[in-house]
Parts: sequence; structure tokens; C-alpha cells
Amino acid sequence: MDILTLLLIVPVLTVIAIIISRTQNQIRMSAAVGMGIQLIQTVNLIFAYLAERRNGNIDDMLFVKSWMWFKSFNIQFSIGVDGISVALIALTGIVIFTGVLTSWKVDNLSKEFFISLIVLTTGVFGFFISLDLFTMFLFFELAVIPMYLLIGVWGSGPKEYAAMKLTLMLMGASALLLLGILGLYVNSSAAPGGLMTFNIIELSKLNIPIEVQRIFFPMLFIGFGVLGALFPFHTWSPDGHSSAPTAVSMLHAGVLMKMGGYGCLRVAMFLMPDAANEMGWIFIVLTSISVVYGAFGAIVQKDLKYINAYSSVSHCGLVLFAILMSDKISTNGAVLQMISHGLMTALFFALIGMIYERTHTRDIRFMGGLMKVIPFLAVGYMIAGLASLGLPGLSGFVAEMNIFVGAFQHADTFHRIATVVVCSSIVITAVYILRVVATLLLGPVKNNDFNLIKDAIWFERATVVILIIAIAGIGMAPMWLSDFISNSLNPIINKLSMIK
Amino acid sequence: MDFGQFLYMRHEIILSALALIVLIMEISSDKKSKANIIPVLVALFFINTVAGFLPVETGSLFGGMYKTTALIILMKNILNAGVLIVFIQSAGWLKSNFTGNDNIGGYFFIVISSLIGMDFMISAGNFLMFYIGLELATIPLAALVASEKLKERSAEAGVKLILSAALSSGILLYGLSLLYGTNGSLYFDNIASSFQNNSLQVLAFIFIFTGIAFKISIVPFHLWTADVYEGAPVNITSFLSVISKASAVFILIILLFTVFRGIEGIWNSVLYFTSVLTMTIGNLFAIRQKNIKRFLAFSSIAQAGFIPLGIIGGSALGFSSVVYFVLIYLFSNLGAFGVVAAITNKTGKESIDEYNGLYSTNKGLSLVMMLSLFSLAGIPPVAGFFGKFFLFTSAAKQGYYLLVFIALINATVSLYYYLLVVKAMFINKNDVPIETIKNDGYTKLGLIICTIGIIAIGFAGIIFDYINSLTFGIK
Repeated sequence: MDILTLLLIVPVLTVIAIIISRTQNQIRMSAAVGMGIQLIQTVNLIFAYLAERRNGNIDDMLFVKSWMWFKSFNIQFSIGVDGISVALIALTGIVIFTGVLTSWKVDNLSKEFFISLIVLTTGVFGFFISLDLFTMFLFFELAVIPMYLLIGVWGSGPKEYAAMKLTLMLMGASALLLLGILGLYVNSSAAPGGLMTFNIIELSKLNIPIEVQRIFFPMLFIGFGVLGALFPFHTWSPDGHSSAPTAVSMLHAGVLMKMGGYGCLRVAMFLMPDAANEMGWIFIVLTSISVVYGAFGAIVQKDLKYINAYSSVSHCGLVLFAILMSDKISTNGAVLQMISHGLMTALFFALIGMIYERTHTRDIRFMGGLMKVIPFLAVGYMIAGLASLGLPGLSGFVAEMNIFVGAFQHADTFHRIATVVVCSSIVITAVYILRVVATLLLGPVKNNDFNLIKDAIWFERATVVILIIAIAGIGMAPMWLSDFISNSLNPIINKLSMIK
Repeated sequence: MDFGQFLYMRHEIILSALALIVLIMEISSDKKSKANIIPVLVALFFINTVAGFLPVETGSLFGGMYKTTALIILMKNILNAGVLIVFIQSAGWLKSNFTGNDNIGGYFFIVISSLIGMDFMISAGNFLMFYIGLELATIPLAALVASEKLKERSAEAGVKLILSAALSSGILLYGLSLLYGTNGSLYFDNIASSFQNNSLQVLAFIFIFTGIAFKISIVPFHLWTADVYEGAPVNITSFLSVISKASAVFILIILLFTVFRGIEGIWNSVLYFTSVLTMTIGNLFAIRQKNIKRFLAFSSIAQAGFIPLGIIGGSALGFSSVVYFVLIYLFSNLGAFGVVAAITNKTGKESIDEYNGLYSTNKGLSLVMMLSLFSLAGIPPVAGFFGKFFLFTSAAKQGYYLLVFIALINATVSLYYYLLVVKAMFINKNDVPIETIKNDGYTKLGLIICTIGIIAIGFAGIIFDYINSLTFGIK
């Protein structure tokens, strides 16, 4: 069995194991073991990938496999990875494993909870290994729909409203996306009446006429952009993230939003470079607004989850912004930012969930001095915050540095101004992060009940430690990851820069 | 004449034999043994469905009045499979409602007659045969719809159905007479070859289209649908919404691709507008429904609006997509109706609000319902996703991007109301949820078949490729 197919088979087996489990303990053990194996697999994939590269394999995509699925439409089940997808798969592996750990205490319909969670993950893994737009779209929708039940059943607050809003907005986006995909497909035959294809590699070799690109590029970019919280389509994100249960917020902000960035890069920009060049400025304006608006939004929020959701809008806006700059350094930064933000936001949401379980409030006005009562969680929160505001030595710094340096390579006024505007978010981010850290963690203990709460237990500690190791690892040795990614960026960047 | 040729009509012959067997059993059995008709009929019909797949020669009979092709046989097999599921699902209802003097055999006889009519209609090579088949398919249905004698709404629905059916056949006949007047023939082949595209013939087409549109409940000919679906017993509603509709879709697409090929430009625009209207109106009304049967009625109207996406442009690939879509629609809708039937027949509850908290008491039913609704909404990994995707792809291939876009928006809207039902079952709280229902073997079997169909048909690429191999050469 080859290494990529196993990434899909293990979650399916895990779901089966959960279905036949009887007790609560069996259910969560099968989930944890299954996702643990999945995590090992993703690490194994990294080494297999590196070994293959060392052996001199210079194909754009490795481990490529294709099976004909619907012959009449030339739809194939086609999988393969490059450095970008391997990195994102590893991210997914870490986030889902820690997500399962944080959900250890879910006891309301836990079987259904873990099944939905793992079905969702299957969609994410499938999305990242797909080389065929049909399967990619299939996995995209598969990753979105369990979210409805996950938020609706196990969420908190205005969960029904949030679940419906999130699902409909993302499905509406997938409608645009599908139209864009069909536009690519129909225009993919070399000669009239020739065989059409959904395959990304084959599509990238074609020269799709600029008139066609002008129509379908915005659809593809917005379609994926909605998932990446592109302004003004980001409104599902704060509501959805704040109502979702902890593990789902982690997965959604940590991984699903990255599908948006990955899709924009791999499909919209890569396959329609002319239109990306021509119309990119519209989206640069929108993403700049995302970055700054998200950061300002985070300043005024009082609910921890809302603060982090707006901060996600800001950080994911930065990913899209960097991709649109279509410079090699900035795009490299975009991928680093995806990984870094994925880990950091997963850590944030995990910690918020743990704090909420203890304090029963997420409103920062009622909290303070947590450092004194739950030092472990408080330190974790501080590290996440510092990574978020880009402290050197943690992952956020590397990513943002790359993005801003890369973006500044553009010499024209428009790009310069946009870059300066986006750079200002560094300061605003520092404001809201430090404000939260100060009111939440430092100072006197505001509520006497808080003196009784206990610090993290084993599975919570495990979650926090795994995520912090990953964040610090990237911060300390960024070149390792960066090399890994940047070789794979070459085909995309070459295609984009050929146009100029 | 070689009598072996009669085997072309194998489907109809076996069905007629089945109808006779039912009648004989009905007469010869006393009150106690009447319930035995159900297992015997289900078993016989199962054999019939399987036998339908045996290879058979194709050709035409009676000087071209009747013809079969591999594709037509496939359509008949799809209808057979649907009716088999309907039979299995209605067993419980028959047992509880048709006691005493009511004849269970009558139900089977009427459904089989209607199915024979549909088979003849699809196989027609002449408009007379087509019309006879159509009437045979429709008129018995009114009796079925009104079969719950003690319920006023059932009788009312029966009258509504027969009136609208009569009106639509009147319009259809008028179209046929115009067509005969301008061509001098009722044979499909003759009409197709001598089509002159004059305005009288176009008018004839519009009338004929209208007549069939009534059966598929395409907007603006849908007004009878919700009332009849609501009034009829659930198992009959599922027959109406699936089998009856599927057969009408099949004959519509056959007529458009053969007889009316000459005015493709006209039927393309007719389909374009009716499709947009049907999807949009079906969806908007479905959102507001409180009764699950009316809800499914409008959902099935909206579903019918997607079908023209495959027909439009007249490509062979579109034809296959429509057949494939109908096949998936059949399993999905029968799944949904199967759950509704199981609940309504046991508890009499029909309101969506009463489905609140269903998952806490009836896990299996809720899951089947959710899968069916997701399939109708076109969510992967269930089959509806593939059906819709292929319809959209065929339409996009013909260049109808705007239509695809409208359809996609509608698909998103439809997701909203399907999710409302999912929400009721899984999320909403209810102090007195529907009690745990103990389903008999038939109901379970019916639901299991539907679930397997919903999951397997999408992934099995071979099914679509098989259908597509049959449509090869059309156009």
C-alpha cells in the first residue's frame, strides 16, 4: 500500500473502529490511536519525501498515483504531494491528534462526535493530496459538511445560527469554486473536441486564453478565499469559531482555513497566472483590509474566542496577501505562515477551551491573575501570544519576516503602499495580544472562585507541549522547513513570473 | 412473424403475468391468508427485477409501434428497481391499513398496471402507443391516491390528481393532433425526418411538452403536486414522486432527442426558462413548508429543475447524466420517503417540528434520513453529489455557464432547508420526541437497500460508464 493512500485508509479504519467500540473509553482510545498512527504517518511522509528528493527525484509532484474513476468525463482519482502539501499534511496530523486529545472529556454523544471529527479530517487529508480538481472539490465539501453537526450539536452560544451561517457561506463559496473548476475543465482540451481534464498537472501545462481566465480566476480565488477568510466574506469565521467546541475550533482555524490558502495558491494562481497578474490588485486591496480590519476587530472584542477568531482573519488575510504578491520569498512566507498560524491558533483554541472549562467564562473582563492559579496553561497562552505577535525564535516571526521582505521586492507604488499598510498590523497585533495577556494572566486574581481551579492534567499538558515544540522548532530552525517548501514553489513562481 | 420477437416485450409480458397472478391470488385467498400476498408479490417482483437485467435482443415490433434498445431496457430496469423498493416499503402500511375486506391485491395490481403503462410509454415508437401508455400509467394512480377511504384529504387528492391529469392529457392530445395534422404521421421516425420547423409544429411541441411537464411537475405546471403528495398515503406519494416522475423524465428526454431534434434551439430555450423557474420556485416554497410531505413535494419539484441541465444542449453525455441522476434521485428520495412512511404509519406525525429530537430515540431512521437528504442536496460522499456534478459538467460543456451558476445557487439554497430537517432531528431539543419505533423486517430491508444505493452508486464509476456506453451514438 503506498504512503498517500494510507493517509486516507487509516481515518476510515479509525471510523470503523469507533463505530464498533462500546464504552466511552474504547471510543476515545480508538480515536487517539488512529490519529496517533496518522501523525506517525505524516512524519514518516516527511522523511520519505526528503529521502526521495535526496535520491535526485526532481519531479514537481512525488508519489503520484492515478486511477481512472469516471472514464466518460476523464475523471481520475489522482494523488501526489510536493513540499507544500507535505508540510500542510504534517500540520493536519499534529492538529487532529492534539484535537482528539483535547476532546478527551466529550461525553455527550462521543461516538458521533469523534466520527464527525475524523470524517472532517479525512476530507482535509484528501484535499491536500489531490491532484485532480474533481476529487479536490469532493474532499473540500467533505471537510465542510461535518462542521454543521459538530458546531450545531456540540457547540455553545448561538450555535445553531453559527453552524448554519458557516455551512451556507462555505457551501456558497463552493458553488463559485465549482463553476471555476468547470470553467477550467471545459477549456482544457488542446483542440476542439479533445479530451478534457481535471488534472492539475496537465492543466498547468496548458495556456488557457486570458478571456477565459478573466471570468474564472475571480470565482476560484473567491471560492477558496472565503475559506481563507477573505474580506468581506470572513463573517462566518468569528461566529463559527466562537460557537464551535474546542477541537473543532482548532481544526477549523488551524487547518480548514489553510485549505483556502492552499487552494488559492495551487489552483487559482497556479492555473490562471495571467488573470492573477492582471486582477491581483483587487484582491490585494481586499486582503489588506482583511489583515488590518481583523486586527482592529480583535482589539475591541471581549470574548477570548472572538479575539482569536478575528486574529485568525488577520493572519489568514496575510497568507492570501503574500500569495498574491507572487514573489518567491513572500509565497514561501505564506506557506510558513499557514503552518505557523495553524499550530499557534490550535494552541490558542486548545488553551481557551481548557481555561473556559475551569473558569466557565471567556469574557476577559471577568478574568485576571490566571498566572497565579494555573501557571502551566498561562505560560502556554503567553507563548502562543508571543508567537502570534511575531517574536523572534518562534514560528510567527519567520513567516511574517519572509512575507514582508518578499512583498517589499515590488518596486511600484501600489505594492509598496499595500505592504506598508499590511505591516502596520504587526503593531496592532502586539496591542491586542499584550492587552489580553496582561488582563487575563497578570495582575491580582479577580474572582475568588478561581483560587480553587486546578492546573492542566495529562492530556491537556500533552496537547500544549506538542504544539509548543512544533512552534518553537519552526522558530529555531526555519531554514529546514523553508528549503523544503521553497523548491516546490519554483513551478508556481516560474509560471507567475513568466507573465511579467 | 416470428413469435420469438415478442420477447422484445419481455418486461411488459412478465409484468402482465404478475398482474394476473395478483388477481388470482386475491380471488382465491380468504381473509386470513390475504396477508400472504405481500411476501409472494415482493419475492416475485424481485425475480422480475433481476430477470430484467438478463441480456435480451432489441428491436422493434408491430411495424415500429413498439421498440426497445439497450438504453430503454436500462430505464425499465431502473423503474423496476424503484417499484421493488416501493413494494418493500409499503408492506407494513398494507398490513396495518388493508385489513378485512380491503384488498391488498388491488394495490399491487394497480401499481403493476401503472408500471406496465410506463414501460409501454418509454418503448413507444408511435404517439398512439405513447398516449395509451401514458394514460395507463396515470389513471390507476388516482385510485391509489384516494385509497385511504376514510380520510377526506386522500379523496380530495385523488380528485385533484385525476383532474390535473385529465387536463394535461387534453393539452397533450391537442398537441398530438396538431403534430399529426402537419406531418400526416404519428410514427416517431416519420415525424423526426419530416419536421419542418413551422410555427404550428412548434406549437404542437409546446403542448406536448406541457402535457409531460405536468407529470414531472415542472413549474408552472406543478400546482397539483404539493396537495396530492400531502393527501395521498406516504407510500403512494413516494411512488408518485419517484417512479411516475422518472418515467416521465425518460420519455421526455427520448422525445426531445429523437422526435423534436429538429427544433433543438426552441426546446433549449424552453428548458432553460422552465429549469430556472422550477429550481427557484421549488426551493423558495420548500423553505416555508412545515409538513414533511409537502416539504418533500417541493424538494422534488426543485430536484426536477436540475434535470434540464443535462438535457439542454442535447449531448449524449448529458443524456447519460440525466439517467444517472434519476437513478440516484430514485434511491435518495425513496430513502427519505421510507423514513417518513415508517414514522407516519406508526405515529401519524407529519410535521417537521415533531421530528425534533428524533435522533435521541430513532438513531437508524435519523441517519438514513440524513444521508438521503444529503444526497438530495448533493453533498459528498453520498451519490447525489456525483449526480449533480455530472449534470453541471454536461451543461457547462455546452456553454450554459449562467444556468449552471443559477443551479449552483439553488443547490446552496436547497442545502439550507435540507439542513433544517437535519437540525430538527439532531440538534433541536424536544421534551416528547417521537417514541422509538420498532420497524418490521420489510421497512428495514427497504431502508437498507436505499442506503446502500445512496452510498455505492456514486463511488462506482463503472455504473456511469455503463450508462454512457449505452447512450453512445445519440446525436
